[in-house]
Amino acid sequence: MRYWSILFALAAVFSIGAFVYAPFSPDWWLPNSANEPYHAVSKFGREIDSLFLIILWITGIVFIGTQIALVWVSWKYIDKPGSVATYFHGSQRLEVIWTIIPAAILVFIALYQMGTWAEIKFRSSAPKVLPLAEVTARQFQWVIRYAGPDGKLHTTDDLHLVNDLHFVKSAEKLEKPALIWLQSGDVLHSFFLPQLRIKQDAVPGLKIPVWFDCDRAGQYELLCAELCGWGHYKMRSKVTVHENQADFDEWMQRKLSEQNQSQIAAVAQGGK
Amino acid sequence: MNAEHAAHANGHGHGHGHDDHHHHEDNRNFIERYVFSTDHKVIAIQFLFSGLIFFLIGGLLAMAIRWQLAWPWSPMPILSKALWSSPSLGYRMPPEYFNKLFTMHASVMIFFVIIPLLTGTFGNFLIPLQIGARDMAFPKLNMYSYWCMPFAMIAILYSFYVEGGPAEAGWTSYPLLSVAKWATPGSLNGQTWWLIALLFAGVSSLMGSINYITTIIMLRAPGMKMFRMPMAVWSLFITAILQAFALPVLTSALVMQLLDRTAGTNFFTPTNWSVANAPSIVGGGQTLMWQHLFWFYSHPAVYIMILPGMGMVSDIIATFARKPLFGYKPMVFAIAGIAGLGFIVWGHHMFQSGMNPALGATFMLSTMMIALPSAIKVFNWLGTMWGGRIQYTTAMLNAMAFVAMFIIGGLSGIFMAATPVDMHIHDTYFIVGHIHYVLFGGSMFAIFAGITFWFPKMFGRLMNERIGKIHFILTFIFFNGTFFLMHIVGMHGMPRRYADYTGFQYLNNSAVIGMNQFMSYSAFLLGLTQLLFAGNFLYSIVAGPKAPANPWHSNSLEWTAPSPPPHYNFEVIPTVYHAAYEYSVPGMDKDYLPQTEERPPQAGPLDPVMGGD
Repeated sequence: MRYWSILFALAAVFSIGAFVYAPFSPDWWLPNSANEPYHAVSKFGREIDSLFLIILWITGIVFIGTQIALVWVSWKYIDKPGSVATYFHGSQRLEVIWTIIPAAILVFIALYQMGTWAEIKFRSSAPKVLPLAEVTARQFQWVIRYAGPDGKLHTTDDLHLVNDLHFVKSAEKLEKPALIWLQSGDVLHSFFLPQLRIKQDAVPGLKIPVWFDCDRAGQYELLCAELCGWGHYKMRSKVTVHENQADFDEWMQRKLSEQNQSQIAAVAQGGK
Repeated sequence: MNAEHAAHANGHGHGHGHDDHHHHEDNRNFIERYVFSTDHKVIAIQFLFSGLIFFLIGGLLAMAIRWQLAWPWSPMPILSKALWSSPSLGYRMPPEYFNKLFTMHASVMIFFVIIPLLTGTFGNFLIPLQIGARDMAFPKLNMYSYWCMPFAMIAILYSFYVEGGPAEAGWTSYPLLSVAKWATPGSLNGQTWWLIALLFAGVSSLMGSINYITTIIMLRAPGMKMFRMPMAVWSLFITAILQAFALPVLTSALVMQLLDRTAGTNFFTPTNWSVANAPSIVGGGQTLMWQHLFWFYSHPAVYIMILPGMGMVSDIIATFARKPLFGYKPMVFAIAGIAGLGFIVWGHHMFQSGMNPALGATFMLSTMMIALPSAIKVFNWLGTMWGGRIQYTTAMLNAMAFVAMFIIGGLSGIFMAATPVDMHIHDTYFIVGHIHYVLFGGSMFAIFAGITFWFPKMFGRLMNERIGKIHFILTFIFFNGTFFLMHIVGMHGMPRRYADYTGFQYLNNSAVIGMNQFMSYSAFLLGLTQLLFAGNFLYSIVAGPKAPANPWHSNSLEWTAPSPPPHYNFEVIPTVYHAAYEYSVPGMDKDYLPQTEERPPQAGPLDPVMGGD
């Protein structure tokens, strides 16, 4: 029954088909904004996507090659009257070839990734900017403390918001990523910006710097990617990227004045 | 000690002669024979039955997970009333129940199905039979190893009935969620029972692995050199070493977490920790420490769950390709390489954990290198089939599916090994797809292949080939339908362990929801298909056709014993002349050459690297 090979071929075709179709649908492909489905909005995002594509091509070629070999042997070398199996134990030359070539490819992949990894995560590559905010993840919300107009955290002009992350779009020449300090108020969480391809766990007892940029103003989403309890799935924050610094400052002023309104004043206003 | 027993001891100690005829009189009563038995074959079958029962439980949990993911919050027919919900919730699944489902699904499948089936069933059954021994080196330790499991099983099942329900911190049980009692309902009591269950399961594995190592080193039949052992024995040997070295670390971590939960220690809780607005507690430990200790065991555990499958599949493919295994020693070295590297890659689970990123770069390199021996194995399996004479039995089809699906699982692993790419796909459905391609596509197909292949030796009867093939074809189709698209939704950023992903704009569209519904339909059909296997298995035990001693014309020693082998296996301890892969030797009438028969002179000398000593 050589037709069993068709079953294995179908599985391979299905797998390849899914990845061939994926780029043609923004809802299948890597998450990008709906207007520009093929533009990753952050510098790190574009680097990560290109590394992803390199691995996708390499693994895709290896996958197709091995599946063709599997389907071929299961079609060709079947048990039929008169057929004789080769009495052959293997070839050292082949073993050496298929050890060295994959080893070289794997080392290449690993070394090729190092630069981007260091750029995104090593503390030594953190941008020399004042921190935008201190983000405290807790069950099940993102508590965000902005540095305020003076640019310093833990001063009286800090702005406190929940589930509302704002920062400024990075300009073409002036690449100034936003820097936050990430911490946890209770259990483990993970700061996941899918459109920006950023992920970092928030660890109780640690303060971790995270930096990211975005070259398109607009609305994005922040998720929790590390299981944090019964409400893990709804730990969602809005992410707003402002067109320019003035826009951001104007927003911050508005929020600060809301925050600084005393309760008595609020009651008085409400009473009017 | 009566004369009969003295004869046993004698047979064991000096069982290296051809003239040692062993007339064994079996006068054990029912309990000694089938319940508290020291016979490795009975213990293997005990592990087999309990493993398959838990496979059913774990599978049903998965069905409930898939229901919620396809139709979030819609009440499940019948079951939601009975199991988890109340009219006040509109019979919806509570979100914490979803977390319990995936936690228990993974814990059951890993610690009660795959590890016990692979090492417990096949380790026990195959090692003595394939090396020509009459039993394990420590038969009573072997019995204890099985009878540790019921304590684990009771603890894990009982946890469904405690206040707060079963554990819900994931099978990885990261602190503080797992340590802080008020963090989530399952951490109130369920987590404690989870820890106790795992401790017992671990002790069971540890006793088994010590036994396997000793048996393989000490009790090989005359002529059975190390490099003449079948790949199944080699893989179980290396797996046992992995277990023996890695399990103590998990055991101590489990004890530490248990103490953190019950005795007020602070191994894994940081300074001034507080959960759920409770007053802060002094603390002083390290949260990440648990992840290091846990993965130091659980990454090797991933290989514990795949290596025995690789070994069994190598034997099955060589048998049904009627061709010598391609590159015998390279296959052994590849397994040893996977095991060795397996100890220095645990950090790849922690790339985004807050561990020093420089360490992450190191772990990326070692993780990439571990893909190499896996690749070598795939090429050797293809080389074994190339030029063969493939017989499509159910066992062979499942073994070939192992190869085909393991390729996908292996290649998708490279994405996660690359640290920057992992930043995006970490904790998404991409990893869920990957793990299921390795553990279902790999391990479970190997288990199906192994059960079908050794069923005649275990029960003396053959399984039905026609039903076996229908089961295979449906399982293969629905397996791919269930798990492949997980790579796509994962690449699109769908996080794992979410009871409801539709609250996020980029996931709330017909494509992502549609793919999830497609996966769920496939999963339900995949679950239903397993009834065919259960039916075939149970029916064949009772009424399958009687099996001859060597139904597949295979070479290794177990096929020289009757089906099923009697107590103490071999009447005469066999003598071994070559490795188990002498198929289609030129100039012979039959296309196989059991290990107990010498190679004919016209076959020439055996290549010492490719063919074994």
